Amino acid sequence: MYDVIIIGAGPAGITASLYTQRGNLKTLVLYNEKSGLEKAEHIENYYGFENGISGEALYKIGIEQAKNIGVDVIKEEVTKVENNIDYFKIVTPRGEYTSKVLILSTGNKKNKPKIKGIEKFEGKGVSYCTICDGFFFRNRSISVIGSGNYAVSETNELINIANDITILTNGEKAPEIRADNVNIDTKKIEEIIGENKVEGVKFKDGTEIQTDGIFIAQGVAGSADFAKKLGIITNKDNIVVNANMETNVKGIFACGDCTGGLLQVSKAVYEGAKAGLEAIKYIRKNNK
Amino acid sequence: MAVLKITQENFEEEVSKSNIPVIIDFYADWCGPCKMMSPIIDNIAEELGESVKVGKVNIDDNKNLAMQFGIMSIPTVIIFKEGKAEKTFVGLRDKEEILNGLK
Ligand SMILES: Cc1cc2nc3c(=O)[nH]c(=O)nc-3n(C[C@H](O)[C@H](O)[C@H](O)COP(=O)(O)OP(=O)(O)OC[C@H]3O[C@@H](n4cnc5c(N)ncnc54)[C@H](O)[C@@H]3O)c2cc1C
Repeated sequence: MYDVIIIGAGPAGITASLYTQRGNLKTLVLYNEKSGLEKAEHIENYYGFENGISGEALYKIGIEQAKNIGVDVIKEEVTKVENNIDYFKIVTPRGEYTSKVLILSTGNKKNKPKIKGIEKFEGKGVSYCTICDGFFFRNRSISVIGSGNYAVSETNELINIANDITILTNGEKAPEIRADNVNIDTKKIEEIIGENKVEGVKFKDGTEIQTDGIFIAQGVAGSADFAKKLGIITNKDNIVVNANMETNVKGIFACGDCTGGLLQVSKAVYEGAKAGLEAIKYIRKNNK
Repeated sequence: MAVLKITQENFEEEVSKSNIPVIIDFYADWCGPCKMMSPIIDNIAEELGESVKVGKVNIDDNKNLAMQFGIMSIPTVIIFKEGKAEKTFVGLRDKEEILNGLK
């Protein structure tokens, strides 16, 4: 078991890991691919680089810096997080990891697909939380919108509950998944249809399918997706934290762009440092 | 005010006929995020005193109520005014958002 698992290897997550590792906590950082930082072509407003630096270079240096002091930094996409009260379980397509503390630093990613009807039917058949709402669709026909590892993970959560599941990739390539009651449809979606609740999906080509419920699992899961399942309070999909970077869930901290506010490297670094230090205190205090 | 346990049996009396606003939290015991909503609801009940009623509905024990209000996602919080569902919050919310819904 790790003391600390950090999801995200941007400035926030890596900085947190520098503190926790140096505080003698066994630390794992999981990251996936793109960070906000890599998209920043040239950063000129961050301390210490006389000619500025590209976001991509800064991202890579950060990861090497953490590895050099002994942090395990592994490239694996997190698809699921479970709170088992005295430890957290973090699931990737390759396996599982456990930790005493979890730090979310997945950046400023908003996953909600722009499809007509999604907002209208939230709570009326459109759901973001398989573990909260799967039950409502026992033995029914449901759909999952998404096409990546996250969509596959969410489909697996629902496989034993629903009668049948259709993965709607909305024009993206079909993921690999084999199960008797799972179909995949790659057509582009026009809108979600229904009277008072979800009744079906209409595609751009004019065809329709019937469905009783739709679970959203587009792209790579971000902190807001994890938050919904862990019971972390969010505000406009930003994680709500106090001045110690603590969320409302014991043992879970968040830092960087995922907490909203100023979306800049310097703020991510500060919050990462604070989250790391508070994680150390938390583990010492709870004698974990 | 105490947080009331609302059931199919007392819904009419406590909610439909109430002359003050009623905040109802629809939850289930197996729903993790619902456990985080619960203390927020308790806190609201404490803070607002006698000006509103606050209650919780266990959707497993009260399937008819869950059906009646089309609950397909939990936690869901509904604010009732004069017996009518005025505002619905789907998913975990903080205290401020729910209090704003009362205005
Ligand atoms: C075009 C552009 C230009 C910018 N220019 C500047 C600038 O000039 N100056 C400045 O200060 N800031 C700039 N920024 C903002 C800056 O990049 C961010 O504020 C900063 O990167 C935030 O750091 P972070 O650690 O919170 O998140 P990120 O750097 O976004 O890192 C997120 C990490 O989370 C990982 N992740 C996400 N989901 C998962 C998952 N499910 N499983 C595993 N890993 C996951 C990602 O792989 C990544 O490692 C710019 C941003 C953009 C997009």
